[in-house]
Amino acid sequence: MALFRAHVLVCTGTGCTASGGKEVLAKFEEEIKAKGLDKEVKAVETGCHGFCEQGPVVTVYPEGTFYVRVKPEDVPAIVEEHLLKGRVVERLLYKEPITSAQVPDYEEIPFYKKQHRIVLKNCGTINPDSLEEYIGADGYEALAHVLLDLTPEQVVEEMKKSGLRGRGGGGFPTGMKWGFCQKSPGPKKYIICNADEGDPGAFMDRSLLEGDPHAVLEGMAIGAYAIGADEGYIYCRAEYPLAIKRLKQAIAQAEEAGLLGDNILGTNFSCHLHIKEGAGAFVCGEETALMQSIEGNRGMPRPRPPFPAVKGLWGKPSNINNVETFGNVPYIFRVGAEEYAKFGTEKSKGTKVFALTGKINNTGLAEVPMGITMREIIFDIGGGIIGGKKFKAVQIGGPSGGCMPEPLLDTPVDYDSLIAAGAMMGSGGLVVMDEDTCMVDVAKFFLTFTQSESCGKCTPCREGTKRMLEILIDITEGRGKEGDIEKLEKLAKSIKAGALCALGQTAPNPVLSTLRYFRDEYEAHIKEKRCPAGVCKKLVGYTITDACKGCGLCAKTCPAGAISGELKSKHTIDASKCIKCGACMTKCPFKAIVRG
Amino acid sequence: MAIKSLDELRKIKAQAQKDTEARKNTGTQVIIGMGTCGIAAGAREVMKAVLDELAKRNLHDVAVLQTGCIGMCQKEPLLDIVRPGEDRVTYGPVSPKDVPRIIADHLVNGNVVEDLVVAKIPNKA
Amino acid sequence: MVEKSEKAWEELSQLLDKYRGTKGCVIPVLQQAQAIFGYLPKDVLLTISKEIDVPISQIYGVVTFYAQFHLNPRGKNIVRSCQGTACHVRGAKLVLEAIKEKLGLAEGQVTTPDLKFTLETVACIGACGLAPCVMINDDTHGRLTPEKIGAILDAVE
Repeated sequence: MALFRAHVLVCTGTGCTASGGKEVLAKFEEEIKAKGLDKEVKAVETGCHGFCEQGPVVTVYPEGTFYVRVKPEDVPAIVEEHLLKGRVVERLLYKEPITSAQVPDYEEIPFYKKQHRIVLKNCGTINPDSLEEYIGADGYEALAHVLLDLTPEQVVEEMKKSGLRGRGGGGFPTGMKWGFCQKSPGPKKYIICNADEGDPGAFMDRSLLEGDPHAVLEGMAIGAYAIGADEGYIYCRAEYPLAIKRLKQAIAQAEEAGLLGDNILGTNFSCHLHIKEGAGAFVCGEETALMQSIEGNRGMPRPRPPFPAVKGLWGKPSNINNVETFGNVPYIFRVGAEEYAKFGTEKSKGTKVFALTGKINNTGLAEVPMGITMREIIFDIGGGIIGGKKFKAVQIGGPSGGCMPEPLLDTPVDYDSLIAAGAMMGSGGLVVMDEDTCMVDVAKFFLTFTQSESCGKCTPCREGTKRMLEILIDITEGRGKEGDIEKLEKLAKSIKAGALCALGQTAPNPVLSTLRYFRDEYEAHIKEKRCPAGVCKKLVGYTITDACKGCGLCAKTCPAGAISGELKSKHTIDASKCIKCGACMTKCPFKAIVRG
Repeated sequence: MAIKSLDELRKIKAQAQKDTEARKNTGTQVIIGMGTCGIAAGAREVMKAVLDELAKRNLHDVAVLQTGCIGMCQKEPLLDIVRPGEDRVTYGPVSPKDVPRIIADHLVNGNVVEDLVVAKIPNKA
Repeated sequence: MVEKSEKAWEELSQLLDKYRGTKGCVIPVLQQAQAIFGYLPKDVLLTISKEIDVPISQIYGVVTFYAQFHLNPRGKNIVRSCQGTACHVRGAKLVLEAIKEKLGLAEGQVTTPDLKFTLETVACIGACGLAPCVMINDDTHGRLTPEKIGAILDAVE
């Protein structure tokens, strides 16, 4: 066997692939060969590191040097300088956004330093196409321990002790859920993995499936053993082609190795897993709708009870957990429930992966112990707001969640504190908003989404969200009237009380939480016909101030021909022709055009 | 390859960990000077000899690192051995045929090959 | 076209042979039939209904429920403009407008007359770190601006 003195790990997750990761990998392979280093340096493809903002990312071991935004043209320099001569290529190191200091070491980067990676441990450090590398990282040891040493009852007990709660949104204790299904009689049961990650702004499940598919399979196999299932499905969004490809391959590898399929590890336990591709309907993330979709029907939720644990897929007892939940399972059985429960708060154990996006310096995935404050996540890990702008709010939990303003930033992040603050954990999407974000527009955005994804089965959701959306459109287009806010609140209350499933019950949350914390913005839109953030086009006007030097650039830029004036004298905007695109303001070299 | 027992799983694990050992730094290091002067003096050949020797002896927990020119160009190729808790020893000039001796005596058995030593940097700890 | 069509029907019949009798096969069959024909024409749906013994009403219900299925011909290249939260706050609307203008699509029109492009919006493609982003066929393009998208579309065959 050849000994490689150095490994070059190139991320080829979706984010880095979009930034050119595949080309970088190919270039490394080519350059390493050209320099005759192919016997001593190995280029390895890995899953997502979670630091997508800086992609494509490349880590060179044994030093652990972390290069960011690597382009194929940079590869010869890394090979020549670093791999051949041992000199770090400093211009490609990660620069700390606040101090601009260069950080050479992966573990020293503040983005990673505050994180505690359990679920994402292998993402970016092993090759997701290799079963051997997963086994080398303690993979399938938990499954072996469970199958050889524990009864299904003991597995459920251990899960209860760990305190793990569902990571898909609801936060229901996983051990209890498994216990219900275990007690359901019947020879045929199903284990299902919900990989229909539909919340806009959340991508941790995609990263985990792409970066460490075997961890999810191992978690599912343990769950199947606990509840007494011999078959299972992974319901994955068709929008995640790479995740599907890696999962298919991982299942085939595990079956060949006897880690899935019949008589796993030589025991009597068998478990067959299949992949079902979603067909593009957000509501299918709801568990009863998801099962309808697997059966080949319109994915509409049905009333519960009966719960899936009693009557689920094809009428058989079934247990559904989310990707990240399953991702925690192998770790729990490797280190023990007590050890796991040391992380987090009293009622929210373990870690949670958050997807940091929006107007933040370090977008990407952050896995942190429960109970850390939102401020630490946004400012220490996320590196603060882009361009030094002022933080306004963070939206957490996607279309089901809510916004948290600055005074709530010191709230510890756990299931119960977030609900008390009017948001929810949801799947863990964090969208950071700055002073240029209009909160009414954000509420309208989410409601547009839930409205169009409403399956139409129950009236409160189908009609109620439509009416709420109409009111919000009116408000953002200058037709808001006295009493609109109260009407929104009344509708929201009825929908929350009357909708059939979680999609409808939580759909009003973004409106309610923005009303709670940013009522003044709604009032400015309604009473003064003004959008304080300058986002709602119909309410925005542009004027040219005395700072105008008459260069004429704005008039040339304006697509509607609304700007006129003599060269070298002040220009004016004809409000009736202005389409409020803001192009003039961006172009003006003297900052003489203002919005308002 | 069907894994039928915990023992078989552990075997695969041990092999896989060897393959990815380069991604951990356990403390024992061989550092080779790979500045322009070092390469011109034959550091590449020394590096290859080191890798061959480590592979032959099945030593997987050793990090092979490179460093730039340290200003002792007349002594190139330079090779440093670092063992956890011991002094860092710099050898030079090293030729590929010296490599097996340095690895056997010093890296494995902890006996410094005095006749090739250029310098010793005391261990701070 | 006739030749291609004959081959397509042959593939469909093989597909139906593979799935006949499998429970819950409606969605995978429709997905693969759409991959063969590019969209789901009426006679294809009728054939599927007959062969897997599921009423056409039910099949039509499934087709119209999911965003992924299409009853009309689509362009050779599918452009999916992400309108997720992260993309939204980073200016996805402007990118979408630029694509529409570049492709010359009128309001409500999604496919170019030469069937080269079909433009769709999606809620989130999970590449939020690179917002705003657009998926062209299976390739994701990120950190876009209205200025950048033109050249990217030009490069598509």
